[in-house]
Parts: sequence; structure tokens; C-alpha cells
Amino acid sequence: MTDLLTLAGVHTHVGRYHILHGVDFSVPEGQTTMLLGRNGAGKTSTLRTIMGLWQASAGQISLDGQRIEASATPDIARLGVGYVPESMAVFSDLTVKENLILAARDGPLDDARLEWIFGFFPALRRFWLSRAGALSGGQKQMLSIARAIVEPRKLLLIDEPTKGLAPAIVVALIECFAEIKRRGATILLVEQNFHAAQAIGDTVLVMDNGRIVHRGEMAALAGDFALQEKLLGLSLETHQ
Amino acid sequence: MILSGDPPRSRVLSILLVVIIAALAVTPLLFPGAKAMNVATKICIFAALVASYDLLLGYTGTVSFAHTMFYGIGSYSIAIALYSMGPNWAAVAVGVAAGLPLAMLLALAIGLFSLRVEAIFFAMITLAVASAFLVLASQLSWLTGGEDGRSFQLPELLRPGTILIPQDWFGFAVNGRVLTYYLIFIACAAMILALLRVVNSPFGRVLQAIRENRFRAEALGFRTVFHLTYANCLAALVAASAGMLNALWLRYAGPDTSLSFAIMLDILLMVVIGGMGTIYGAIVGAVIFILAQNYLQALMGAASNAAADAGLPLLPGLLHPDRWLLWLGLLFIASVYFFPTGVVGRLRNPSRKPA
Amino acid sequence: MTDLAATDALPRPKRDLLPVLLPAILALAMLPLIGSGSSWMTLTVASLAMGMMIFIMASGLTLVFGLMDVLNFGHGAFIAVGAYVATLVLLPLAPYVQADSLLTNLAVLAPAALAAMAVSGALGLVVERVLILPVYGQHLKQILMTTGGLIVAEQALYALWGPQIIPLPLPTSLRGSFIIGDVAIAKYRLLAMLVGLVVFCGIQLVLNRTKIGLLIRAGVENREMVEALGYRIRRLFLGVFMVGSGLAGLGGVMWALYREQVHASMGDDLTVLVFIVVIIGGLGSIGGCFIGALLVAMVANYGGFLVPKLALVSNILLMVAILMWRPRGLYAVTSR
Repeated sequence: MTDLLTLAGVHTHVGRYHILHGVDFSVPEGQTTMLLGRNGAGKTSTLRTIMGLWQASAGQISLDGQRIEASATPDIARLGVGYVPESMAVFSDLTVKENLILAARDGPLDDARLEWIFGFFPALRRFWLSRAGALSGGQKQMLSIARAIVEPRKLLLIDEPTKGLAPAIVVALIECFAEIKRRGATILLVEQNFHAAQAIGDTVLVMDNGRIVHRGEMAALAGDFALQEKLLGLSLETHQ
Repeated sequence: MILSGDPPRSRVLSILLVVIIAALAVTPLLFPGAKAMNVATKICIFAALVASYDLLLGYTGTVSFAHTMFYGIGSYSIAIALYSMGPNWAAVAVGVAAGLPLAMLLALAIGLFSLRVEAIFFAMITLAVASAFLVLASQLSWLTGGEDGRSFQLPELLRPGTILIPQDWFGFAVNGRVLTYYLIFIACAAMILALLRVVNSPFGRVLQAIRENRFRAEALGFRTVFHLTYANCLAALVAASAGMLNALWLRYAGPDTSLSFAIMLDILLMVVIGGMGTIYGAIVGAVIFILAQNYLQALMGAASNAAADAGLPLLPGLLHPDRWLLWLGLLFIASVYFFPTGVVGRLRNPSRKPA
Repeated sequence: MTDLAATDALPRPKRDLLPVLLPAILALAMLPLIGSGSSWMTLTVASLAMGMMIFIMASGLTLVFGLMDVLNFGHGAFIAVGAYVATLVLLPLAPYVQADSLLTNLAVLAPAALAAMAVSGALGLVVERVLILPVYGQHLKQILMTTGGLIVAEQALYALWGPQIIPLPLPTSLRGSFIIGDVAIAKYRLLAMLVGLVVFCGIQLVLNRTKIGLLIRAGVENREMVEALGYRIRRLFLGVFMVGSGLAGLGGVMWALYREQVHASMGDDLTVLVFIVVIIGGLGSIGGCFIGALLVAMVANYGGFLVPKLALVSNILLMVAILMWRPRGLYAVTSR
């Protein structure tokens, strides 16, 4: 299996702060890779660095064989990367429809693809002409994800999609990610919710202090409570 | 310590400052001519005025366009008091007693009103307020004399005709004019030293913390609006005092000498050329700028005439002494871009590349 | 928590209509104070015309700020440059300007306005590349650089055209007034209102109906996300900056014709006015800018009629009043 995305020795500084200390990992094509770790471990910073929103101060990032660590954000996006930030960043002044029109940068909206998206996010159809700012948190998350997949993308970077959402919505999101993967997209997903991560991920990366401290199969980590405890500080009640 | 533990930190700069201060101190003895005296006085007053502006621009990172307004308040309060009460010391006292609180209250109001938000907001609001003030000053003729301004007589002691020490005592005469000069010299020196103390006090460190990162300063528990407003008031007080000295020297206050937008630009230029956030930069900037203003303009006039005689197109217009500001503007842009740390910054860190 | 089967109704966004009604309320409140209906009508039309012109000048400034957090202190230079360029076209064509035919007059006014917009827009390109790009993201230097730019531009105008005021007479067919009953409405003011409305509607149409407009609105809210969607926002910004500069130039032409004179320092005075409008409206908001411009013009006109002395500081008083009510302006842009 080939790797779609590879990071080698990536360092990132933001102002005076050294945030990433040599991040190395690969994301295999067609798989869903989970990026786990406690708060402040550098997960969001890793996604931002891949996206070019923060410039890597050292190291290499390659996407599909092409070096992108020095590219500008729009150029990285145009290589087929979709980004769902932690803040969701929906354009609240624009309607749901307008948000998606912007996300479809290569042309008009594709009706069949929209139907596919409405299939797991029916709320978007219902509020098609409403201002995105008026949506609920879960609906904003759906819109943000829909924006990233409204056209086929090679790689999706998704940052903590389940944070603060009701269980019913989390279930819908998990289904959605499975469906996206079935359509052939590669996903790099930051997640705090281990249950959700377990349900979605093929491979898993664990970060701490700006480095990758564990890489392996999701199934292996899911079965090894001691390792979970060690890597993620997960306590037993998480598994209840 | 008189320098508040913040020495010039550069040998060249130290020598330069000593030379400047010595030259200013002996100007009345060596160059008693009117022009030299005027230039020296202007340097003293602007050094203090610019230093007070540096407290805002260099130490807090806020751009105010209302600094000439405070300068003008000082000028006008002295002028109006002496004009209406006659040339006596009571009038001077009234001018001071009216001008300083007025400047401070206005600074307080503007600060509390607009420093809450962004630096850019403050810059725009000060510009608007200052322009309204300029219009007021030139329209309320019954009070300010309108466009003509107000001329007045100085108290007896400060008049040129008053001979304090006759020439035959030490070989030079000390008259009221010389006394006024030294009054201004000492007052300005005191104000600059006081500002140096302020920026090196804990308060000054907080200001710099706010400049570096306002949110962090706020998170550390500093009430940034309070600190910024306080700095704004201090700067306004010094500016108003400088304006008072200016009025005393000129025996006149009018829109062009104390309020115009051109003076604001001069101040900006002096701060940037001298070096923002150093206080010493104000002295260097004022000296360079005022010398250039007084002696280079003549040169430009000559060059313009030469170009006109040579029949060159456009150049006579561009080199005309009235187009002095054009070249200053270009110099200003270039210095912001290439020498953001100014002369003082350069002298302190000669090796550092321009940002 | 809302789940997927939530009710169909979204919480309706609260429509914030009070600022929109403010100009109308102000105008109606002035009616009894002014007393005479015809004077009121004349003043109101004058306010609307003046407000539209100020809006044209201010619109670019507020958009540029909203989109990129760049405040151009040299905006006034574009206004003055526009006015001077118009004299270049109009003065040599004086016979056509003086001809008593609306068509002939407009046939010279249109190219003058277009030339002014083109030159101001081109100057905007230079300013953006030379003065703003190098210090992008640094507010302090931005203010200093663009202030420097204003000085240089103004002095260059003096050097090229001389310090004197250049008279720019109104075309013959636009002089005088329409008399309706006992109300006199100056023809040029009507034209100014028309142009202002066209510009306002044009901007609204672009912002709401085109993809570029959507991008601008999205960019005002979240630049980063627009880039992450694959759009080069710098290029978009340059475009907006040039259009904004061009509009300032158009506003300059209209203002010069309104005052029937051109002077290099006209940019200074108008900068202050434009800043006040932009602050009142809320930095970055086009709708707020429009209302702000109308309010400033109304206060100037009504105030000048009722209490002439007050007119000198009426703008500042208006600004203080509005900011007391809403510290970030009438329509604060959400993301700042």
C-alpha cells in the first residue's frame, strides 16, 4: 500500500514557541488514520502545518510524491486536500448553499453528490437557504464536513469533529466517515473521543509533546488497555 | 541615577548626545543670532514633544494623530491668558493652570473612549478629533484669533530688552531672551529625563508588555486600558507643556505653528528617524530633522533655481522649497521600511539587518 | 442539543433593523425643528446626495479593512488623484462641458469619471504592492507607511499641478434646480444620488450574487478558511483594493464637481470624513458604511441649518453618540 501523505522531521514554530519537535509519520492511501493524544500534544498544529496555515520551520511534507512544506495554503488545497478545522469555521454570514458553492471551487454544485451528502446530513437540505450562523453546533459540523467533501478530495484533514456533539450526531458522523472512505478518500482524523476513534480508524498515531510516540493498527491499540492507559492516560471508566 | 538606569548603550550615541546637549547649552553664548537661537529652541521643544510621542508610539505601539492637539492646547492656553490678562506672571500661571488639566481631561476622554478596541481605531479617532479641534481653533476667532492666531507680550523679565547681566561682566550679555532660552532648555531636559524615568519604571515595562502582546498582558491581570490611558495622559501633559514653552518663545500661538497636521507629520518623522521606543531617539530625530528643515530647504531652493535655469522639466517643481514635504514623505516611507529602529537602533545594534 | 430529527424551524436570526431606520428617524425628527417643509426637503435631498458621495469614497476603505485588516491612511490620496485626473479630461473639453445639452455633457463626464477611476485604481495597485504588501500584518507600520504615502501623493499633486485651486465648473445642463411646488432640488444632487445608488446596488449585487462577492464576504469573516478552500485571497484582496481605490477616485470627481473646485489637500479633509463614516458604520461593514455616510451628511446639513456653529464639530458629536451606543459601530463585523 502506498502512502499518500508523509511527514519527515517536521518542526513548527509559532512566534517564539516551538510546537512540533520533529514529527514523522505516513498516512496510507485509502485508509483512515487516527491522530490521538492529549490536549496540547500538537495534533491541531500538525494539521495546520500540513495545510500550510503554519509554515514548517524544518522537515519535509510530501503529498502524493509532491513536496508541499513550502507551498501556500491555497496551492495545497488545490492538490486535493480538504480541511475541517476544529472551530468548524463555517461562514456564518453565508447560507448553507453559499458555503457549499464556495467549497465547490471547480464548478457548479453536483446534484448527485449533494444527494449523497444529504443522505447522511439531511439537516443541510432542510436549512439549505438559512444562514450558517443560525445552525446548531452539530449542524455546523455537518456543514463543515460537507464543505470538505462537496467535491472529491484525495485527502481529508478533520480536526476533532465529535467535540461537544450529542451521541446521536456522533453516530451519524461515524457513518459518514465510513461512507467517505468507501468512496476512496484518505482521511487523517484528530480525535479525543476514543470510542469514536475505535469505530472509525484503521491505523492510529499517538502524539505527545510535539512528537509521534506510537504508531500501529487501531485494532491492536483497541485491545490493549494497558497501552491505552500509558499513551493516552485513559482511565478505566472510559471503557464502560 | 539621572538616566534612570537606561544609558545610551552605544559609544557613538553617547558622544553624539553629549555634543548635542553641549551645543544647545552654549548656543546663546556662541551663536546669539536670531536664527541660531530659534533653531536651538525649536530643537529643545521638539525633543521633548517627540519624546512624549515616543512614549505612545514606541512604548505602547499606539498611533495617535492628536498629539499636536495637546501641543496646541498648551500654546493657546498661554497665548490666550497673556493676551487677555496682560503680560504678567499671574497670566502665565493661569495659562498653565488651565492648559494642563484641559489637555489631560481630553486625553483621558479619548483614551477611555477609544483605547478599548484596536490600535487602528485609536489612530482614526484621534485623527478625527484633532481635525475637529483644528477647525474649532481657526473658527472661534473671538477666543483664538482665528487663522491669525494670538500675539502677546511676555512678562517684563523675559523680554529681550531686559538686560540681566551686561556684556562687560563676562564678555556676553544675558538678556530676557537668553533667560527664556535657558528656561526652555532646562524645562525640556527635565521633561525628557522624567519620561526616561517613566519608561524605565515598572509602569513602563507594563506598557512594553502591552505593546508586545496585549492579550497576554491582559491575561496576566494588567488593566491595559488603564495603563494605555495613563500613558496617553502623560504624553498629553508633556506635549501641552512643550506647547506652552513654544508659545513663550514665539510670543504667539496660531493654527500653523501649533496645531497643523504638518507638525504632526514632523513629529512622526522625527520619532521614526530617531528611533522608536528609545526616548533618546527623540533628541537625535529632532536635531536631524530641524537642522535639515532649516538649512536644507535653502539648498533645495538653490537646486530648484539651478534646474529652472537649466531648463529642465518638472525638476524645478519637485525641488521647490515648498515641496520639502514630498522628500520628507519619501524619506519617511524609506525609514519605516529600511530602518524601523531609526538612528538610535542602528547605533545600538550596527550589525543587525533591517527587518 | 439538536439532533438530526430536530424541528424544522431554526432560531430566526435577529434582524438588527434599528440602524437602518436611523436615517429616516433622524430626518423625520428634524422636520418639526426646521419648520418649513420646503427647506426640509431641500436639506434632505442635499444630505442624501452628500451621503451618497461620501459612501462612494468610503466603501473601498471599509471593504479593504474588513477583508484584510488593512487600513489605508492614504485613502484620501485616491480621492484627490481622481479629481485631478477629471480636470485633465474636462478642462480641455470645456466647450462640451459648457454646451447646454445633457447628452453632450454626460458624454464628457463619463470618460472623465472612467479615467479617474482607472488612474486611481492603477495607483491602488502600486500602493498595495509598494506600501502595504511589505508591512502586511503589522498595523503600526501600515499606518505609518500609508500616512507617508498620503504625504507623497499630495505633494506630488502640488508639484505637478501647482498649489492653486483649480476651478471645475459644473456642466451647464446640470446646473440649477428642478422646482417642484415650492421645493428646489439641485439637478447635480439628483445625479449624485443616482450614481451613489447605482454604486451601492452594484456592490450589494456583487457581494450577494456572485462567487467573487461570496468569497469577499467569507474572507471578511475568516481569511484562513477561504485559503484552506483553495482560493488565493491575496489576489482577491488586490482586486478589492484596486476597485476600492477606483471608487475613491470616482467619489473625488463627484465631490470636485459638487464643490466646483479641485485642490491637492481635498484628500485630507475627506479622509477625516471618510474615517468617521467607516468608524460609525463598523469597520468592514458595507451596509454600516452606507448608513454612516447618510447620517454624517444629514447631521452636517441639518446641523448647519439649525446651529451653524455646531456644524464644525457635528461629525465628532455624532461619532461619540454612536460609539456610546455601539462601541464597535452600527454593524460590527462578527469576527473581530
